[in-house]
Amino acid sequence: MSRAILYIITMAVVTYLIRMLPFTLMRKKIKSRFFRSLMYYIPYTVLAAMTIPAIFRSTGSLPAALAGTAAAFLTGWLDLPLIAVALAAAGAAFAAGFIV
Amino acid sequence: MKHEWKSGLVAGIPIFLGYLSVSFGIGILASNAGLSVAEAVILSAANLTSAGQVAGIGIIAAGGSLLEIIATQFVINLRYALMALSLSQKAAPSLTTPKRLMLSYGITDEIFALCSAREKDVTAGYMGGIIIISAAGWILGTFLGAAAGSILPEAVTDAMGIMLYGMFVAIFLPAAKRDRRVCVVVLAAALLSCLFHYVIRSVSGGFSVIICALAAAFLGALLFPIPEEDPENDQKEEV
Repeated sequence: MSRAILYIITMAVVTYLIRMLPFTLMRKKIKSRFFRSLMYYIPYTVLAAMTIPAIFRSTGSLPAALAGTAAAFLTGWLDLPLIAVALAAAGAAFAAGFIV
Repeated sequence: MKHEWKSGLVAGIPIFLGYLSVSFGIGILASNAGLSVAEAVILSAANLTSAGQVAGIGIIAAGGSLLEIIATQFVINLRYALMALSLSQKAAPSLTTPKRLMLSYGITDEIFALCSAREKDVTAGYMGGIIIISAAGWILGTFLGAAAGSILPEAVTDAMGIMLYGMFVAIFLPAAKRDRRVCVVVLAAALLSCLFHYVIRSVSGGFSVIICALAAAFLGALLFPIPEEDPENDQKEEV
């Protein structure tokens, strides 16, 4: 078994358990306000921490990445759908890759 | 029962299309990170989660440890536990434990959103139908992306590497715009992440994401505890 497959299976087991245990075992609501607040903010903080600064190195060059980031923030700010924002970012990075 | 499956499959069509394009980016990312097409497809089929898979690909490519990948998946995907908990209460009485064990595979942000938006009880057929068509889009898109990754010119695949991050921006930015509390925690997470990346360079990427995300969310929970009503309505736009 390759190292990648071992890692992939490990990820899958962890992710499945996170979904399965509450779905099959727990049928009551979470009471703790602090815990519920934490769970509310975690998706956003995870995405922000994963995106910044990694987005600046996500394409071939820094200028292309900056152009893509700017496009993503602009279209995201305008509440465009996820796919539109993703495509705008890629399009801007692609175009900037030729200009710079 | 047949009718339930059908309505689930139809309800899942928008997710199918969305997943198809997003997972194309995952396929490219996996391919750029050195994973084979088969490995990329197994990754998507086994995990069915975007942020977790992106983080996982990064750790695999960087030669991170198993502990790192376990901890990262745990924190990034912990939100599914909240969704599972909420769905668990909405599930039809006919959802027996074996059915729950199978349906657990498909608790994603979008599938959760569809199921919790349903007025009727969520049946195994309805949820199963959504999961099947959604997973099909996710796996097919990954296959196409990973296969195209080795065919498309480098200028194209390079540019497509930013797609997933663009999608993440499209999730946290509008939320931060609408909600000042989210704005503060997002800024805190981004600043901390930059600090770890550019100043404290000894912490690896996966652990850095965990520390930054948890610290910023803790800050939010301390400063702005959310009101007593159910938080599930605010969780629907995640991927």
